[in-house]
Amino acid sequence: MQNEGLKNIWAKYQKEIADDHYYYLRSCIRQNFFPGAEYYFLKILREVLGKDVYDDPRHTTCTGIGYHSDIVPFETIQTVVAREFALMTAAGYRNVAVSCVTSFGIYSEILETWREFPKELQKARENLWKATKREFEIPENIAHASDIIYKFRHQIAEKAKYKLVNTNTGKPLQIVEHIGCHYAKMFPVKGIGGAEFPQVLSGMIAAWGGDVVDYPERRHCCGFGFRQYLVQQNRGYSLSNSKKKLESMQPYEPDAIICNCPGCTMFLDRWQYTLYEMEGKRYGQNNESIPVLAYEELAALVLGFEPWNVGLQMHEINTESLLDKMGIAYNPDEKYLDKNKQPIGSFNKTGCLSCC
Amino acid sequence: MNKSIVVIGAGVAGIEVASILADMGYNVFIIEKNKNIGGNVAFWHHLFPNNRSAAEVREYMNQKIKVPNITLFPNTEVTDISQKKNVYVVRTNKDATFEVGAVLIATGFTPFDARRKEEYGYGIYDNVITSVDLEKKLERGENITTTQGMAPKRIAFVHCVGSRDAKVGHTYCSKVCCITGVKQAIEMSKMFPDAEMYCFYMDLRMHGLEYERFYKDAQENYNTQFIRGRVSEVSENKDKSIQLKAEDTLSGLPLKMKVDLLVLLVGMEQGKDSDKLCDILHLHKTPENFIQPQDPHLQGNVSSRQGVFIAGTCIQPMTINETMQNARSAALEINHYLLHL
Ligand code: SF4
Repeated sequence: MQNEGLKNIWAKYQKEIADDHYYYLRSCIRQNFFPGAEYYFLKILREVLGKDVYDDPRHTTCTGIGYHSDIVPFETIQTVVAREFALMTAAGYRNVAVSCVTSFGIYSEILETWREFPKELQKARENLWKATKREFEIPENIAHASDIIYKFRHQIAEKAKYKLVNTNTGKPLQIVEHIGCHYAKMFPVKGIGGAEFPQVLSGMIAAWGGDVVDYPERRHCCGFGFRQYLVQQNRGYSLSNSKKKLESMQPYEPDAIICNCPGCTMFLDRWQYTLYEMEGKRYGQNNESIPVLAYEELAALVLGFEPWNVGLQMHEINTESLLDKMGIAYNPDEKYLDKNKQPIGSFNKTGCLSCC
Repeated sequence: MNKSIVVIGAGVAGIEVASILADMGYNVFIIEKNKNIGGNVAFWHHLFPNNRSAAEVREYMNQKIKVPNITLFPNTEVTDISQKKNVYVVRTNKDATFEVGAVLIATGFTPFDARRKEEYGYGIYDNVITSVDLEKKLERGENITTTQGMAPKRIAFVHCVGSRDAKVGHTYCSKVCCITGVKQAIEMSKMFPDAEMYCFYMDLRMHGLEYERFYKDAQENYNTQFIRGRVSEVSENKDKSIQLKAEDTLSGLPLKMKVDLLVLLVGMEQGKDSDKLCDILHLHKTPENFIQPQDPHLQGNVSSRQGVFIAGTCIQPMTINETMQNARSAALEINHYLLHL
C-alpha cells in the first residue's frame, strides 16, 4: 500500500467532531453482548479525558434493526429518531455521540432525508408532537463513538500503559479492522477516511503502535447483514460471509480484530466458534481463533484497565493471547468472578477454542 | 486587418490550426504551457486502429511548425486576455503581450484522475495503473512487469473509468478508451503470449470503421475476453496481486478474479487550463464542463465570444483523426472570420 495515496484519500474524508458535551445514544444490543465497551467509552471520556457526556436513561432503541428488516416503517423510525433528538434538546445538548454503526447510519440517512425533503421533517415534527407533545432541534454535530475515540487517540496514546506491540518480539501487532457497512458505505463523507480505506479504526491502531492489516475482503460484510441473520433460513448465508472474511485475513496471521459496530463484533466473534464447531477450523495464528474486540475495549486495555473489568470474559473467543502479547497482566482465576469475587458463570465452549 | 492569431495549446489541434493558418499567410503565436509540443500525444506510444507509432504523428507536428510565420512559446501560460474592439490583447506569465485578430483555444483534455475512483485503488495498490501509465511505460521502453518484477500472467482492463459515471460527475462517453483498451490488450498479448487479458465493460463503443475488426482480432487471436460488467471492488492480495470483484451481467453471476496487473482506461475531462480561459473570457461551457460551441451543427468551432475559436478535445472527446479534421475546420472558420471583419 502506498502511504501517500492513503493520506490523499484520508485528507478528503475528515469531519468535524465535537470536542465536548455529548448526548450519548447507546446501542440496543451491545450492552448485552459486550457491556464493557459502552461502560468504558463513558469512563474514558469522563475520567480519562475529562469530557461531559449525558447518558440519558429515557432514550430508546433507534429501531434500526427493525427498520432494516422491513418491520418498522420509515415514518415510524423517523418519529423515534425525532424523539431521541427531542430528549437531547430538552437536556440542553447539541452534540450527539452514537454508540452503534446501525444507528449512526439511521441518523445519517434520516438527516439527509430531512435535508433533501423538508416535508418529511415537517411530518416527523407533527408525528412526534401528536405522540409525545415533544419538540426537537437537529443536532449540531453527530459523531459515532469511534469518531470521538479517534479524535482523542493521541491523548489516549500519551496516557497509554500498553502499546499494540508484541512484547515478545518488539514488533507491531497485526490488527484487522472492520468499520461496518453502515458507518461509511452509505455516506462516505460521514466516515473518517471514507468507505474504501477507512481511517477511523486504523488511525487508533496506528496511534497505539499497531499495524493495520489490509486484506482482500476488508470491505466485505461481517455476516450480520440484518436479514441474512434475522431470517433463520438465511443464516448459512450470514455464516458464509463471515467465513469469507476470516479466510481472507488468515494468511496475514492477525493478532486481533477490532470492530466498530456491535453487530460486527458479535458476528466475527461468535461465528468463529460456530465455524469451528462445524468444520473444526480456526483462522488465527497457531491454529487458534482470532480475538475480536470493540475499539473501546481496546482503548481501555491500552490505558491499562483490568481486562476482566473491561468485560473480555464476555467474548466467545478468548482474548488471552492478545493480552499476553501486549504484556498485560491478568489473573485467569478471576476471569469469571464479579466484583465481589462471586462466580458469574461461564461459557461452556469458549475455553476450548483457544486454550486446549 | 490584423493578420495575427494566438493559438493556446500545442497539441494535435493547436498545431494543425497553426500550420494551416500559417500556410494562408497569417502570423501565428503558439502558447504552450509545457516544454514540448504534442499535448497528450507527447507521451503516447502507439495509436489505434493501425498501431502506428505516435512518434510519427509527433514528427508530423514538429515539421508543421517549422515555418517562419509560426512562433512557439513553450513553458508559457496565458495570464490575461482583453479585447479592444476587434483586437485581442493576450498577456503571458513571461510578460509577453500579443495583439491579435483572433484567439484559438486548443487546450485539449486532461486524463481523468483515477484516484477519484477510490474503489479501484489507484495510487494505493502497486499493481493498479492507468492506460496513460501503460502508454508512458511502453514509450519509455520500460519492461512491463508487476512491481514485484514478474511478467504478468493475467491482466485486466477496466473500461469507463471516470466516464459514463454520474458519481464522478461525468455522464459522457470519452469515446477513445474502448478502442484504447482493445489496442493495449493486443499489445500486452503480443508481449506476453501466454497471458490472459480481460476487459470489463458496460458496452463497447466501437464507432470507427476498423474498430470492430480490431475487437474481433483481440478475441480470436490475442487471448482477450470481454466481460460485460463493472468492477465493483479492487483489493490487494498478500502477494501484491490484485483481487477484483465484478458482476458478469451476461451470465448473471458475480465474479471474483485475481489478476497481476489492473489497467484503468481513464477518460477525458477538462482541466484547469480551459477553466481558466473560460473564466477570463466568460465563455459558455457545456454541462459536461467542455467549452460550448456557438452552434453544435453549424458553428462547431466558434465559442460564445466573437473572435475566440475552439478546436479539438476542449470541445468534446475526440480521436486524433477527428481532432485533425476539427482543427482544419477551425482554421477555415478563423480565416473566414478575419476576412470578413
Ligand atoms: S469509449 Fe468505451 S470505455 Fe470510453 S467511456 Fe465510452 S464506453 Fe466507456
